Amino acid sequence: MTGLSLALPSKGRLQADTIAWFAGLGIEIFRDGTDREYSAQATGLDGLDVVMMSAGEVPRELAAGRVHLGVTGEDLIRERLTSRNELISILTKCGFGHADLIVAVPKVWIDVESMHDLDEVAAQFRQFHGHALRVATKYHNLVRAFFQKHGVADYRLVDSQGATEAAPKNLAAEAIADITSTGDTLRANHLKQLDDGLILESQAVLAESVTAEWSDLARSSLAVLRDRLEASGAL
Amino acid sequence: MLGRPRTGLVQRQLDTSLKTLSAHFELCGYTAVSPPHLYLGETLLSLYGEDLRARAFLFPDAERGNELCLRPDFTVPVALIHGENGWDTAGAYAYQGPVFRRQQPGLGRPVEYIQAGIESFGEADTTAADILALTTLIGGLRELGLHEVEMTIGDLSVPFALLGSLEMPDRRRADLLRHFWRPSRFQDLVKRSVMPPSDSAARIELLEAVAPGAAPDWLSDRARAEGEFIGLRRLDEIQERAVSLSMAKADPPMEQSAADLIDAMLAIAGPAVQAGTQMRALTGEIGGALATAVDRFDERLEGLSKQGIDPAQIQFDASFGRNLEYYDGFVFEIRAKGQQAHPPLSGGGRYDSMTAKLGATHPVPAVGGMIRPEAVLSALT
Repeated sequence: MTGLSLALPSKGRLQADTIAWFAGLGIEIFRDGTDREYSAQATGLDGLDVVMMSAGEVPRELAAGRVHLGVTGEDLIRERLTSRNELISILTKCGFGHADLIVAVPKVWIDVESMHDLDEVAAQFRQFHGHALRVATKYHNLVRAFFQKHGVADYRLVDSQGATEAAPKNLAAEAIADITSTGDTLRANHLKQLDDGLILESQAVLAESVTAEWSDLARSSLAVLRDRLEASGAL
Repeated sequence: MLGRPRTGLVQRQLDTSLKTLSAHFELCGYTAVSPPHLYLGETLLSLYGEDLRARAFLFPDAERGNELCLRPDFTVPVALIHGENGWDTAGAYAYQGPVFRRQQPGLGRPVEYIQAGIESFGEADTTAADILALTTLIGGLRELGLHEVEMTIGDLSVPFALLGSLEMPDRRRADLLRHFWRPSRFQDLVKRSVMPPSDSAARIELLEAVAPGAAPDWLSDRARAEGEFIGLRRLDEIQERAVSLSMAKADPPMEQSAADLIDAMLAIAGPAVQAGTQMRALTGEIGGALATAVDRFDERLEGLSKQGIDPAQIQFDASFGRNLEYYDGFVFEIRAKGQQAHPPLSGGGRYDSMTAKLGATHPVPAVGGMIRPEAVLSALT
């Protein structure tokens, strides 16, 4: 019988923090072989199977029901959760991996402090440049919803999968929306966050697939895990 | 919900419906055209805006290094055809075929469905053109066997005329008009006009710097002090906006009574036959273009009545049409009687100002609408 499958981020700080977080719940996760081998075992919770994948793929695998549980950034989950009948539900926030999804513009825009200003500049920008103000991001759904909420009328999203802070300097976009934890990268790239430009205060979350098939073993393992989360105050 | 193959009776019924509509539209004076399914993303979406982009099917076109878009409706595609024929000519077109829109999962709305409709351009008597468009579509529904319908109408030309008539600085008027289609932002702007928010220290400094007599280099020094000048937006744009912010600061706030009037006009909803009276009661002595717009509203109802459409069966909703950026005049939706909870079977409206964005040198009268034959067939069964 298949057990409770858990998607673990495949590398870096997020993985180390996740392993430490599960250790606090009495679950030890050990990586097999070398650091290059994406395989791990767990002890301390019967029926738990750990699979490793890129944090960016965890929402898709949860939505498709190919894993029961996964740890990844809330930003990545929320970007995926656009529909009303949700395919993924967040069990608990993990308390690490903090990062904010924010809107930023060049620091030299001394006339722009807020989303209201950005909207006015979008109108002016079209007059001067003949096209819509461009916003570089990989968070298309979250950014679009946020801009809609703030009533920004005339802008266009430009896809950026990495080094998004470089987009204004590279003339690929006028503004950006990206994840930042300390703001150092923003400052280094001559950008500033808008006062009301906080889209999401993200952190790592443990999420559950609503679409996965659950064996009795998977169900009972999850029940044990839930009890431990409750005992630890996380639920 | 993905489209399902049509076979057997369903296919035959749809085929018959489309032939019926095509013959009907032709008889009413509309010439059949077939716009392409695929467009350069930029062409369509610069008109529809980023919100519709979220609902459009876009994909990369590796050969041209661009984005392609499946048409989300026929309005822009048919308007582009008319533009090629010449904006200064008149033209009336009929079309039918599938449109493609992303839908939220779980709502049961199809991502691919058939529209059959009409668009007409260049008819100077806009009231007559509105009536013809609506009666042609109602006639089409009748030809399909649907006789009992309910209608909701709106008229965006009235609030536009109101905003044009109220005393206010042009800059404020332009902002309000620009955001008319985003109701919550619009309301926020009205509030800001009545009670301007207080400025940050940095904003006060900026406004002082562009005031007459201030040091000429302050702005550029200040901007440069922030770091490297990056991006397309230049110093003269920052300067221009700073000046315009400073001038806006001197604008008198909007009277609360004007804000209340705008709110009240946009909240009118109920039987269409009473709407004109309600508008007149609210706008009182304003007169001018606003009075003309309200008179036209009633003339249109009268005209519809002469065409055998009972105005008592029509509902008015002033906020209707504020969700689609290109409508700027008469708008309508038709449902089968008693099916208020269902999506409309037919809908459309006037979009004169969009023609200027498409390349016309001045706004050309443009009105049209479509029928969803698949939805009509299921409403009939």
